[in-house]
Amino acid sequence: MTKVLMKGNEAIGEAAIRAGCLNYFAYPITPQSEVAEYLSKRMPEVGGMFLQAESEVAVAYMLFGASGCGEMVFTTSSSPGISLMSEGISYIASGQLPVVFVNIIRGGPGLGGILPSQGDYFQATKGGGHGDYRLLVMAPASVQESVDMVMEAFVLAEKYRNPVMILGDGLIGQMMEPVEFPDTPPPPPPNKDEWATNGMDTRKSNTHNIVKTLFLDPEVLNNHNLKLKAKYDRMKKEEVKFVSYNTESDYKALIVSYGTMSRVCLTAIDIMKEEGLEIGMIRPQTLFPFPETAIYKAALKDSCKVVVSIEMSMGQMVEDVERCIKGVKPVQWYGKCGGEVPSPEEIIAVTKEFVKEQSI
Amino acid sequence: MGVKFKRPEALTENHTHYCPGCTHGIIQRLVGETIDELGIRGKTVGIAPVGCAVLSYNYFTCDFQEAAHGRAPAMATGIKRVRPDLIVFTYQGDGDLASIGMGEIVHAANRGEKFTTIFVNNAVYGMTGGQMAPTTMPGQRTTTSPFGRDTSDTGMPLRVAELLSSLATPGYITRQTVISPKHIRKAKKAIKKAFEYQIEKKCFSLVEVVSTCPTNWGMTPVDALKWTEETLLAYYKLGDYKLPE
Ligand SMILES: Cc1ncc(C[n+]2csc(CCOP(=O)(O)OP(=O)(O)O)c2C)c(N)n1
Ligand code: SF4
Repeated sequence: MTKVLMKGNEAIGEAAIRAGCLNYFAYPITPQSEVAEYLSKRMPEVGGMFLQAESEVAVAYMLFGASGCGEMVFTTSSSPGISLMSEGISYIASGQLPVVFVNIIRGGPGLGGILPSQGDYFQATKGGGHGDYRLLVMAPASVQESVDMVMEAFVLAEKYRNPVMILGDGLIGQMMEPVEFPDTPPPPPPNKDEWATNGMDTRKSNTHNIVKTLFLDPEVLNNHNLKLKAKYDRMKKEEVKFVSYNTESDYKALIVSYGTMSRVCLTAIDIMKEEGLEIGMIRPQTLFPFPETAIYKAALKDSCKVVVSIEMSMGQMVEDVERCIKGVKPVQWYGKCGGEVPSPEEIIAVTKEFVKEQSI
Repeated sequence: MGVKFKRPEALTENHTHYCPGCTHGIIQRLVGETIDELGIRGKTVGIAPVGCAVLSYNYFTCDFQEAAHGRAPAMATGIKRVRPDLIVFTYQGDGDLASIGMGEIVHAANRGEKFTTIFVNNAVYGMTGGQMAPTTMPGQRTTTSPFGRDTSDTGMPLRVAELLSSLATPGYITRQTVISPKHIRKAKKAIKKAFEYQIEKKCFSLVEVVSTCPTNWGMTPVDALKWTEETLLAYYKLGDYKLPE
C-alpha cells in the first residue's frame, strides 16, 4: 500500500471504485461536486458508468432502478440534494435495495450556506423520507476514514439489503490528507438472483422477480415493517462502532462528538489534560446504530460529573445522548452551525464551565 | 381446429382489477402480445406506475419494478444505464407522467434513453377517484374541477406527444387509441415498433394511448368510447409525431 495525498471528495470517489462499484448517478452541489468531477474522468477509465441526472429526485430513482436489477450503485450529494432524494430513499429502504449514499453536509436549513455543518443528523438517523425505515449511518473523521467507511458501506449495504449513508461534512470533503487504499480486492457482491429484476434469462429462471413497495393488505405491510425492524435490530447488535479517547483516566466530563467536530475536541482534551483537567470522549463512528451502551457505561464513571454533546448543529445528537444516559448524569450541549467549526479554545471554555456548574 | 386466440405467455392468468369498460386491460394485452412476438420475455423488465396500473406486475410474467408517482423514467434510465442488454418499458398514466413526473419523462426522452414508455391518457386521475389531470379537457368536470376545468385558471390540457416530439433528440413518438378493433390493430403495430426501436438500440420510444375511464367520467362504457372519439380525439390527434432519422 502506498500513501497518496488526496482531497476528501476525490478519495470518496476513488474508494467506491476500489470497492467494486462502477455505477454512479449524481447531481452537482457544493461542497461535494468534486466527486462527480473526479468520477466523470475516472469512471470511463475503469469501464464504469457515470450519469449526471436532471435532479436529485431523479438520481434516487436511477439508483432504485439500477440497484433493483442487481448492480452495485452509489451517489454523493449535500444537504438540499439529500432532501430531494429523501422521497426515493424511503422507497429504496422499503424495496430493500443495497445503495450507498454520501452526504457531505453543508449548513441549513434551506439554502443555508456552503460551509460545513452537522445539521442533517436528524434527517440521516431518524428518517427524512416517510415511513418506518432506517439507514445505517457512518460518520468519518478523516479522509482515510472516509475511504475505509465508503468501502465498508458497500459490504454492509449488501449484507442488510439496506441503504447505507456516509455522513461527512464540507471540511471532510474539501480537506487534503494522505490516504491509503487497500491492495486486497473487495469481496464480490452476493448473488442477487433470488430477488433482483435482472431479467429471467440472466438467472435462467422462469419465475419473475418483482421489486415493489406497495403492500395494500395491512397484515402484509405490518409484516414487511416487522421484517425491516428485525434488520435494524440486528444492526444494533452487530454494527455499532465508536472510538474512546482518554476514557482510562478519571475524567470529570465525557464529551460525545463525531466527525470533524471530534477532531477539534481531541485537541481541546489534550490541552486540558496538560492543564490537569481530565476529559474523556466517545466518538460514534456509526450514528445509527448509536453506541448507546458505551456512552451510558462511560457516563456511569464516578468521577464523571457531566456529559457534553458537542456538534456542528443546534443540538440534534444531544437528544440521542440524553436518551442513552437515561438521566444518570446531567447532559449539556454546545454547538455552532453557521459553517464555522468551534475552536479548541471555545470547547475548553464551555467544558470547564459545565464542569464548574456541576461541582458547586 | 388450431388455436386462433390465446393468452400471451407474457401475461399471467390473474383477473385484472380494472373497471368494466376501461381500456387499460386492452393496452396491457397488446404489450403482452408484443413481448411474446419479439421473444423478449426473459430479458424484459417492466416498470409499474402509481395509478390504476400500479398492480401491473400481477398481470405480466416478466420481471417488474414498481415506481413512485412519476419516477418510472428515472428508474428505467437507471436500469438501462447499468444493464443496456435488458429491454425496459414503463407503463404510466397521465397524472403520473404529465404531472408529477413531467421532469423525469422530458429529460429521459431528451437524453434519448433507449427504453419504451406506454403512456395511458384517460384525461383524469383514475385511481385516486377522478381528480383533474393536466390532460383533463376544458370544461370537463372532475372531483377537483366540479364546475368544469377552467382553462383561464388551470391552463390548457397538455399534449404530451406534441411536447416531447419538439425535442431535438431522435425518438419514436406516436399517439394511438384502442376504442375500436381498427384502432387496436394500429396501436398494436405502434407498440411493437416502439419495442423494436429499443431492441435495435435506436432511440427513446413513447406510445401515447388515448384511453377511457368510464368510472370517473360517470359514463357507461359505450358512452365513454363515444366521448373519447368525439371529444378527446378532436384535441388529442392520432398519428406519428416523431420518427427516428
Ligand atoms: C407522491 C404521490 N402523490 C400522490 C399520490 C396519489 N396518487 C396515486 S395514483 C394518482 C393519480 C394517478 O392518475 P393517472 O396517472 O392518470 O393514472 P390512472 O389511475 O388514471 O390510470 C395519485 C395522485 C401518490 N401515490 N404519490
Ligand atoms: S378508475 Fe378509470 S382508469 Fe382506473 S380502472 Fe377504473 S375505469 Fe380504468
